Amino acid sequence: MGKPAVVVEHVSMKFNLSKEKVDSLKDYIIKSLKRQIQYNEFWALKDVSFTIEKGDKVGILGLNGAGKSTLLKIIAGVFKPTEGTVKKYGKVVPLLELGAGFDPQYTGRENIYLYGAMLGYSKEFLDEKYDEIVEFSELEDFIDVPIKNYSSGMKARLGFSIATAVTPKILILDEVLSVGDARFRRKSEQKIMDMFDAGVTVLFVSHSLAQVKRLCNKAMILKNGKLVDYGATSEIAPKYRRMVKRAERQNEK
Amino acid sequence: MKKYIDNFLQYRFLLGQLVKKGIKLKYRRSYLGIIWSLLEPLLTMIVLSIVFGTLFGNHTREFPVYILTGRLLYSFFSSSTKASLRSIRAHSAMIKKVYVPKYLYTMSTVLYNYVIFLISLIVLVIVAVVLGVYPTIYLIQAPIALLLILVLAYGCGMILATIGVFFRDMEYLWSVALMLVMYTSAIFYYPERLLKSGWDWILQYNPLYCIITIFRASIFGELMDMRNFIYAAVFSVACLVIGMVVFKKNQDRFILYI
Repeated sequence: MGKPAVVVEHVSMKFNLSKEKVDSLKDYIIKSLKRQIQYNEFWALKDVSFTIEKGDKVGILGLNGAGKSTLLKIIAGVFKPTEGTVKKYGKVVPLLELGAGFDPQYTGRENIYLYGAMLGYSKEFLDEKYDEIVEFSELEDFIDVPIKNYSSGMKARLGFSIATAVTPKILILDEVLSVGDARFRRKSEQKIMDMFDAGVTVLFVSHSLAQVKRLCNKAMILKNGKLVDYGATSEIAPKYRRMVKRAERQNEK
Repeated sequence: MKKYIDNFLQYRFLLGQLVKKGIKLKYRRSYLGIIWSLLEPLLTMIVLSIVFGTLFGNHTREFPVYILTGRLLYSFFSSSTKASLRSIRAHSAMIKKVYVPKYLYTMSTVLYNYVIFLISLIVLVIVAVVLGVYPTIYLIQAPIALLLILVLAYGCGMILATIGVFFRDMEYLWSVALMLVMYTSAIFYYPERLLKSGWDWILQYNPLYCIITIFRASIFGELMDMRNFIYAAVFSVACLVIGMVVFKKNQDRFILYI
């Protein structure tokens, strides 16, 4: 047994899906007087527990709506679980929805500092890494242009370059191995592979079993918010394939 | 407690970045840039002086200074609380992505408005000197007023930011409430005028009015009213405490509503 990197204990996440959107005071008062506010409780995750050891590369498999993204967001700290706890040992860098946190009015240069600060980097660190970030993103000519004039590919390139400026202890990936054009994609994959080799702990959501088999030594299957199976990729992969087949057959019926 | 302070220190750089962003973006794409923060209060002061000085017959020489002191404090309070109300939703893209203590967004909003407000005080210095209001020893009371209004604005900002997440129409309600605050702050009239009507007690319960009187006392060389000071201090600190508690209790639910 290695040292733990992420310990997830009895995590559950409940969402209240209100049938009608109540976001004005008037609606709220009238409807709570009439007792009309109804929520559909929806448990996106139900009592999930597992431990990820340092250096493990874990692929998270599951059909749509199984709770994969919710689980990643809980580990990244964006969601707070309704029940249960998550312990993290080391800095977590999430690569979720790259470039979504930029300020559109701000130039590329200013966004590097802003976004870097959000990820918890210091000013000295960003000064030092600035050239490297710009070079990797290949946006030298556009760095003083407001981000709103960037294409979505350019934004994603910049986001990727900032987020990967440091080699984190724990990396969270939500199918972002597809940044920019084919050439940049190869480059970014290479950078992630270098991190994999450097012994980073990785959590990786994917629909592609082939990708998980290639990259991960461990895998877990989520189904309807429950952890169904967790173990070595070689054991999990056939089970997942069977599960997908069964789901397909049910659809056909 | 120590944990909170450590946590805060860790995010100091981000707070600085967010404050800088607020100031930079406010004046980007305007030719005069930050000079507007001086020009705007000056122009409003001129308009108000003409209307309430000339037309309503307040002919004292210092009247523009009187207006400007009230107007500067009020406009900081109104712009910072309005911006706080929107602060969480305005940063929703970031909140959904990366974990950062959420109070930083509200705090930076209040702080960048505060910096602009402090810069705009330069106008007050110039106008006061031109109209012959010179500093006295009582000026040392000014920092008290400046600190109280910051605490008040941040406290109200936290409460409003929390409500603003859940109820979008709070913005309209708050602008009406702000109007009430403005008219009961004695910005462009002398409170003595209200004395005759018997409604002067309303002013006493407006914390902003109390802070403005402290600030005016420091500019015009008088000792501040102790009752106003105690009331404003208690009110501001209470707002801050309530704001922090309400915000902390609800912050984990923000993400489900933005």
